[in-house]
Amino acid sequence: MLLVRCPWCGERDEVEFSYGGQAQVAYPADPAAAGEEDWSQYLFVRDNPKGLFRERWVHTHGCRRWFELERDTR
Amino acid sequence: MKFTFGGVEYEGQEGETLAAALVRNGVLGGFRSLYRGRPRGVYSAGEEEPNALVQIGSQPLQRATLVPVEDGLVAEPLAGKGRLVGPDSTRYDTMHAHCDVLIVGAGSAGRGVAAPARGRVLLVDGMLEGVEITLGRTWVVGLYPGNYALAVERGRRLWRIRARHVVLATGAIERPPVFPDNDVPGVMLAGAAARYGDPVGVTPVSAGWSPRVHLWSQAGGALRWDDRIGAPVPDGQLSGVACVGRLTGEGLPDAPPFTLPGGDEDAMFVDLERDATVADIRRAIGAGLRSVEHVKRYTSIGTGSEQGKLANVNAIRVAAELLGVHPGELGTTTFRPPYVPVSFAVFAGRNRGRLFDPVRVTPIHPWHVAHGAVFENVGLWHRPRYYPRQGESMDDAVLRECASARGRVAMMDVTTLGKIDVQGPDAVEFLNRIYTNAYDTLAVGMCRYGLICRADGTVLDDGVVMRVAEERFLCTTTTGNAGPVLAWMEEWLQTEWPDLRVWLTSVTEQWATVAVVGPDSRAHLAALTEIPLDADSFPFMAVRQGEVAGIPARVCRVSFSGELAFEVNVDGRRGLDLWARIYAAGEITPYGTETMHVLRAEKGYPIIGQETDGTVTPQDLGMGWIVSTAKRDFVGLRSFSRSDNARPDRKQLVGLLPERRVDEGAQLVPGPGHVTSSYMSAALGGPFALALLARGRERIGETVQADGVAAEVVGSVVYDKEGARRDGRPA
Repeated sequence: MLLVRCPWCGERDEVEFSYGGQAQVAYPADPAAAGEEDWSQYLFVRDNPKGLFRERWVHTHGCRRWFELERDTR
Repeated sequence: MKFTFGGVEYEGQEGETLAAALVRNGVLGGFRSLYRGRPRGVYSAGEEEPNALVQIGSQPLQRATLVPVEDGLVAEPLAGKGRLVGPDSTRYDTMHAHCDVLIVGAGSAGRGVAAPARGRVLLVDGMLEGVEITLGRTWVVGLYPGNYALAVERGRRLWRIRARHVVLATGAIERPPVFPDNDVPGVMLAGAAARYGDPVGVTPVSAGWSPRVHLWSQAGGALRWDDRIGAPVPDGQLSGVACVGRLTGEGLPDAPPFTLPGGDEDAMFVDLERDATVADIRRAIGAGLRSVEHVKRYTSIGTGSEQGKLANVNAIRVAAELLGVHPGELGTTTFRPPYVPVSFAVFAGRNRGRLFDPVRVTPIHPWHVAHGAVFENVGLWHRPRYYPRQGESMDDAVLRECASARGRVAMMDVTTLGKIDVQGPDAVEFLNRIYTNAYDTLAVGMCRYGLICRADGTVLDDGVVMRVAEERFLCTTTTGNAGPVLAWMEEWLQTEWPDLRVWLTSVTEQWATVAVVGPDSRAHLAALTEIPLDADSFPFMAVRQGEVAGIPARVCRVSFSGELAFEVNVDGRRGLDLWARIYAAGEITPYGTETMHVLRAEKGYPIIGQETDGTVTPQDLGMGWIVSTAKRDFVGLRSFSRSDNARPDRKQLVGLLPERRVDEGAQLVPGPGHVTSSYMSAALGGPFALALLARGRERIGETVQADGVAAEVVGSVVYDKEGARRDGRPA
């Protein structure tokens, strides 16, 4: 089980957290102006690297805050 | 003390294992191999034992080498895994531990590390116990990244351990030599024979020692072949994990050179538990297999309950010999948890039976129980499904409850609906972005039905949003989605719109809610409240504050049945009181979730998660009317114009009038399509269903087959299409 460092609560077991996918995938500022391809990329396409990956997590069974961390997927 | 093995009574001694007692009593055989039925006997003195498996009471797959002999112990020899017998009355438990140093193995190396170690030290050993050992007779069965370890104490208590440092002092396992008939009773590992006092009739054998690299390898540690000892040893570094003692190969004797002796290869056993021999490995290699992983799967070597503790290194050596390569070139099979067999009951711990899952009940629950409700689970909630009278089937009860709600007055406990308090100066803007419809136009004291979509345009949840004050709203959610919807709102607020000044609070359990439903609901409630209930002073979708049955209440005129209805919300602690007083105020029929489902389905109201499956948009549901065209943006809007969501052949919600009742989930032909809800209708006097059907709305009037039952496709509203019943009994 991963040990996840919550910036508010410190190190806790993975089971207290929920995973939120790749970080820094912002909701487009003007969705109406987004083309079909760009919008589909935003909705469905994410990186899946072998190595360091910046991700969003939320401390579901703790402070309920969202935060970002970097995980080594190797 | 006396114990019984295979129906024969023997004398046991305090502190010895069952295996030791058998050998001391001269029982060198007594077991049979799984596939070939060859006579076998105690072979080792530890967890690597391949032969001496016993059933003790309800517990199968116990190793005689690990079971302490006790007075009255009854053991039966097993070939293979055995089976659970009867109910298991053993109590299991789980513990959590955090320590600075976890030392696995309390031999001389482990104790040597423990003595000077500072901070919180856990010294754990699978076989030994004693004052200096923190957890005796406790196997560490798994070691995971982050120095997370799972250990099982005496087969009953699971320890979840998080350690700053892990020291592995797991030692080594003696390796059997490979020769014809190396499995017959009396042949025994030399170390075990010595442990048992070198009894008469025993042939001690040894081909060197193999370090217990299992936990090191599980945690991600690399291995290298050590020619001197003829086995793999830990290689390289692993953050926070150290290896000491014989595990590293140090202190182990030189292995004798490995050669295959002549003779019958089909009697040279490599895996005794699996009855696999050198002949099997030769066959695997002859079939073209080169990888040890493939040889393992072909021969099943290492797949028994001892997981190759004795067999795997020999299998590598035999395969290397036959292939003419160095054993180091073959690598090893993958070491996976658990190191020793663990029963599922250990992982379940106390979470069995009544404690398997938490149970949520409403404050009105005792009344439902006292009045014979049949319950169903909705998420963790236990909700009344229907209230059968003497001799009534579910169908009878539901038809009666439906008829009461449509014809007179009925009541339902709807406390379980999720409730989220949304407040702050930007609450309106927040709701405008989350829901598909608009909230700036919602007046204080009114409520509005709302739909939440995901960014891809599919429906996530629905509910009623009540404007309590200028900057405060109460949003309801479906029962099962209360948590996920709150989490969804929090996610957008925190990650995309941190500038919005909005605060979210779950208030599901703070309110108890009773729905009073039916054309006589106004008259029924009028006896209990001063709040004017006529349609002019209390219109549809309005909210009124006042007292109901003397209890401060917030009353909403909303309807999930199409009938005139009032939902009375009070402090959760007054819920039971409110329910009892409404029930006592005149003739009224309590109803459960099944009737609620029928009533809403007759009106074509979808249940999110039943009519929808994560691919369904508001337009698919025929609910385009709730999608705002005036708002600049909200979650889901952009996706409604995606080409996939505009496909003309999408599945759409329709009603079905089948010849007889069809199963939910039934496929529709011609399709694609499927039945999402199916009931008997008291109002229609027959069966009806809701379905998702490709091009469904164009196909109204057609006939489709649902699992061989002909059904007419109709609009999704099969009862009171005009909505004439919303304000009460039509004139």
